[in-house]
Amino acid sequence: MIQFTIEDRNGERQSIEAPDDMNLNLMEVLKASEYDILATCGGMALCATCHVQVLQGNDLLPQASDMELDMLDTLPNATNHSRLACQLRISEAMQGSIFQIAGELQ
Amino acid sequence: MENIVTDICIIGAGPVGLFAVFEAGLLKMRCHLVDALPQVGGQLSEIYPQKPIYDIPGYPEVKAQDLVDRLMEQIAPFHPTFTLGERVDSVEKQTDGSFILTTNEKTEIACQVIVIAGGLGCFEPRKPEIEHLEEFEGKGVVYMVKNPELFRDRRIVLAGGGDSALDWTLFLSNVAKEVTLVHRGETFRGAPDSAEKVFELAHQGKINLLLKSNVVAINGNGHLNTVSISGKDNAITTLTADHLIPLFGLTPKLGPIADWGLSIDKSAISVNTEDYSTNVERIFAIGDINTYPGKLKLILCGFHEAALMAQSAFKYVYPNQKLSFKYTTVNGVNAF
Repeated sequence: MIQFTIEDRNGERQSIEAPDDMNLNLMEVLKASEYDILATCGGMALCATCHVQVLQGNDLLPQASDMELDMLDTLPNATNHSRLACQLRISEAMQGSIFQIAGELQ
Repeated sequence: MENIVTDICIIGAGPVGLFAVFEAGLLKMRCHLVDALPQVGGQLSEIYPQKPIYDIPGYPEVKAQDLVDRLMEQIAPFHPTFTLGERVDSVEKQTDGSFILTTNEKTEIACQVIVIAGGLGCFEPRKPEIEHLEEFEGKGVVYMVKNPELFRDRRIVLAGGGDSALDWTLFLSNVAKEVTLVHRGETFRGAPDSAEKVFELAHQGKINLLLKSNVVAINGNGHLNTVSISGKDNAITTLTADHLIPLFGLTPKLGPIADWGLSIDKSAISVNTEDYSTNVERIFAIGDINTYPGKLKLILCGFHEAALMAQSAFKYVYPNQKLSFKYTTVNGVNAF
């Protein structure tokens, strides 16, 4: 199991455990944990509503694909620590990371 | 302006909307499809035409565009009609229970039943979070450049770092009095050629290029007058501007459908899984746009939903007929 921390829109942090052998991505884990995200496009890096800021552990994550970077580029509130949760597969690299939910809700 | 009369008006011409024509056609119901995109196929044709899909029954692998082409072939016997490149804006219920839909181009469609197969919704410009932004929409703030002449001799601030921000900066630098491009990054991921030209214009002093900067406030009295920009070190600069053009790409939205009195749950339309009807009689929602316990956003689930929808819609189109279910193997496909 991989353990990491989620900071919700109110700034509250919660530790989450997710298996790394089920081919899950972070967006799916956030939805399953009932976090408030739309994930409209269902994981195709099309809507960016699963935008997260990586507050800790950003350097360890696998690099974003061109498709993800293109989508992040369109976000007015993106930073160098922005990722799309749907493009982050749950893996050892996430152990101990902190993700802040940032995607739009409308 | 055009007037269309049909049995079922399908909003959204993606794979599920197209297959709904087939299921309706088997029951002798005519369909008209409306889509905001200029071509049929929805996401498949617009976003990933060359990508393979592996979970369509009977096709171990099929390219998205090929699936759309085959669906068009499959529904051809039922002669569906199309309004493409237009968005349905309003729905009016008639006293006999039927509807009249009106598009943004004032096309009117009279129908007995509405089927919403809108997928992710309509793609609309993504808006940055700036206070009072919406108050200035159409009063200096625009999200797309339709007629560049409107910007002649004006002071323009563009925000964004994608291809469209680069392209319009280059274009408007020859038209406007003053062009400022505000980008939150230091580099551009868009076409290297355009990025180079933008840097060159900035170097020549022909445009203002503000990197590592964000638009944080706008002001004006009835019309946009100033744009405030937070730059490196968080210092705020306020520029006089006639127009602000935020160019942050497109994002899928439910659009006008959200105002039709339908029960909405997280940008999706709640339906009854018996027939995929919504809370409004004679309006159905199928495919990615609907939600119900256990919903999976799969094309094949949308096909199933279309079949059940058609069986239920029949009673509104043919109120005096009894529906008897028949296999295509027994009955064939009877064109009309």
